[in-house]
Amino acid sequence: MSDRPEIDEETGTETTGHEWDGIKELDTPLPRWWLYVFYACVAYSVIYMILMPAWPALPGFQGFTPGLVGNSERANVAVAMSDLQDSRSEFYARLDGASISDIQADDDLFNFTLAAGRSAFGDNCATCHGSGAQGANGYPNLNDDVWLWGGTYDDIHTTLEYGIRAEHPDTRFSQMPAYGRDELLTRTEIRELRDFVVRISGGSAFDAAAASRGAAIFDMQCTSCHGANGQGDQTQGAPNLTDREWLYGGSPEQIEASIYRGPAGVMPAWDERLDNATIAALSTYVFSLGGGVEADTAENGAGGQ
Amino acid sequence: MNEHADHHMAAPGIRRSKAKAVNDPEHRELYKKREPIYPKLVHGKFRFAKWIILALTLGVYYFVPFLRWPRGLDSPDQAVLIDFAGRRFYFFWIEIWPQEIYFVTGLLIMAALALFLASALFGRVWCGYACPQTVWTDLFIAVERIFEGDRNARIKLDRAPWSFNKAWRKIGKHVIWLIIAAATGGAWILYFHDAFDVLSHFFTGGSPMSAYLFFGILTFTTYTLAGTMREQVCIYMCPWPRIQAAMTDMEALNVAYRVDRGEPRGPHKKADTWDGRGDCIDCKACVAACPMGIDIRQGSQLECIQCALCIDACDDIMKKVDRPTGLIAYETDENIHRGQIGEPPRYKLIRPRVIFYAAALAIVSAVMLVALTSRTVLDLNIQRDRNPNFVQLADGSVRNGYTLTVINKTHDPQTYRLEIEGDVPVSVRLLNGDSTDTIDLPVAPVSTRDFRVFLTIPPEAITRPGETLEFRIIAESGDVATARGVLQTGAER
Repeated sequence: MSDRPEIDEETGTETTGHEWDGIKELDTPLPRWWLYVFYACVAYSVIYMILMPAWPALPGFQGFTPGLVGNSERANVAVAMSDLQDSRSEFYARLDGASISDIQADDDLFNFTLAAGRSAFGDNCATCHGSGAQGANGYPNLNDDVWLWGGTYDDIHTTLEYGIRAEHPDTRFSQMPAYGRDELLTRTEIRELRDFVVRISGGSAFDAAAASRGAAIFDMQCTSCHGANGQGDQTQGAPNLTDREWLYGGSPEQIEASIYRGPAGVMPAWDERLDNATIAALSTYVFSLGGGVEADTAENGAGGQ
Repeated sequence: MNEHADHHMAAPGIRRSKAKAVNDPEHRELYKKREPIYPKLVHGKFRFAKWIILALTLGVYYFVPFLRWPRGLDSPDQAVLIDFAGRRFYFFWIEIWPQEIYFVTGLLIMAALALFLASALFGRVWCGYACPQTVWTDLFIAVERIFEGDRNARIKLDRAPWSFNKAWRKIGKHVIWLIIAAATGGAWILYFHDAFDVLSHFFTGGSPMSAYLFFGILTFTTYTLAGTMREQVCIYMCPWPRIQAAMTDMEALNVAYRVDRGEPRGPHKKADTWDGRGDCIDCKACVAACPMGIDIRQGSQLECIQCALCIDACDDIMKKVDRPTGLIAYETDENIHRGQIGEPPRYKLIRPRVIFYAAALAIVSAVMLVALTSRTVLDLNIQRDRNPNFVQLADGSVRNGYTLTVINKTHDPQTYRLEIEGDVPVSVRLLNGDSTDTIDLPVAPVSTRDFRVFLTIPPEAITRPGETLEFRIIAESGDVATARGVLQTGAER
């Protein structure tokens, strides 16, 4: 090997001296302007390191060099969040104490309210009622037109505020007796009652004679809440037993189980956990899922399940 | 004629230029400081064409933002406007909405195919005539020439020590360059905000921050790229010269030195015969004229932008020595080869790649044209709720929820009537709508609005898991938009 670098004949460029299977690497220099750009980048990075948070874990600097301009992504996020809250505050202020007709009258407010309600629903309600408010066994589906305690905006708002069987002085309260567990009825009587309920709900899996005997028991035990025909009573949260919807399941076994144990689901009261505007947003969202009942038609018993 | 003078003469009356092809492979050394190029002014048909194209392209660039095109109260009246804040692209009678960005994509594809086609036929005509880098560099060189004179005067001035004369010429040149650069950056921002509005606020600091930012960036890039970097941009920064190698072939017309006619080259004396020698008198007029600092006689090279200025320079010389022009000309590699073996030239413009590029361009253009002409002013999209998929109601009927997105591209407020058509009876309810017999969907001018619609199928109509429905919205003018949707009934298959 000579000390002098090898010059490639074709290009007149020096080679690096490396050779693989006869292929030599040219030591093509960078254009000068490219070098200037490289130097400018080095200078930029030095300035950047002085101005911005850069070096981690230096003693005496809370773990990193804060930089001269004091930039902090954490602070930037806080500012952005507070700006976002500010941009929403106008709508939130209008929601506080607004009626559904106020909210519906203004498209912008209505759309904002639905979005805010959807978000709050995901945070607070979806755990039990499901992400699409479709409910589950024991947890009502909020999309349909079946309402235990009423489906007008005000009814929904009241349920949200005070809850059902919740620890709140104004909570909605009613109790279905546990006929079997508390030995109010015998197992035979419960089964006769079950057959009657299956009959009035339009089912076919019942024994006609037993159902007739069950009718007498129904008159004695159930009509005060569920009504003479089993159509329910929303003032007491008593479900309509004649429709197709069953909160705890509609098979004969499930109906029997409900009579035996007397279901008493709990909906928490939200008035101390959520502000008025959020409760209004949630009420509007649930009302607008599709099953909301207009206040003027509610009187006609349209929602009377 | 003494020996000394003779050495500098290429032919009687024609001085040999001392021009050196600074960018030819032998002289190009990357670490070396950029060697300035002093392109000599030429006269001829290509130079004339370049002046015309320069005036046209720059004229369009600076003037178009001021064109007006009335569209109505709710829309800007600037003929060509890219409105990022309003999410619209306005081009005279065409308004592109964000979801129609494929029109822009199509335009870019057409531009690329047109570039390929032009390259296959005539080489780098884009680079030589229309590329902004070429046009602005040409303009900057023209300014330089006004202040510092032509090639030789500029070389002399650069070598001269600093003096008042040198200072005012240099400062004057840079001032005009900066003004042109600022006007370039200034015109750029006019395409993104209302031109008159920007102009009235720009100098008082009232324009958007982005306007000043892009003004600064484009002023800087125009000044450096056209003023100081010039050919370096084409040689090192631009990818096109490399791609060009794949676009061209033996049959493409390129600016070429007809080596078959020119060689052997050498100085020519008046009494000498032209027999047994080439037409090139080695005067280097082509090298002196070249803005890229190359010698075209070394064959096609990636530095060559094919501006054709060497053709003008050479034709001028050929006339003076009374030889046919076109020693440097648009010529194919194939014909130069044929010339060398003594065969007549033959042009084959229609080749597979030309046909392919032309066909692709025609197809894309046709598709875009059809899409553009069949563009509606009304659009309907529907999205069915999937969580929950369907809702069973107390009486056993089943409800589905839908979000209808209605787009009104007209400049008037519109109320559309919604109709649903299918095999089964469904009842329709609009969330937050009036309880009337017809479902009316009001949409403001040039805007999009979402509507929540609930469709309910009665229990006796439920026979299969899904029903296909046609959603139709009808404008007062009779315009109709339709979309198909499914209603899930929850029935077992």
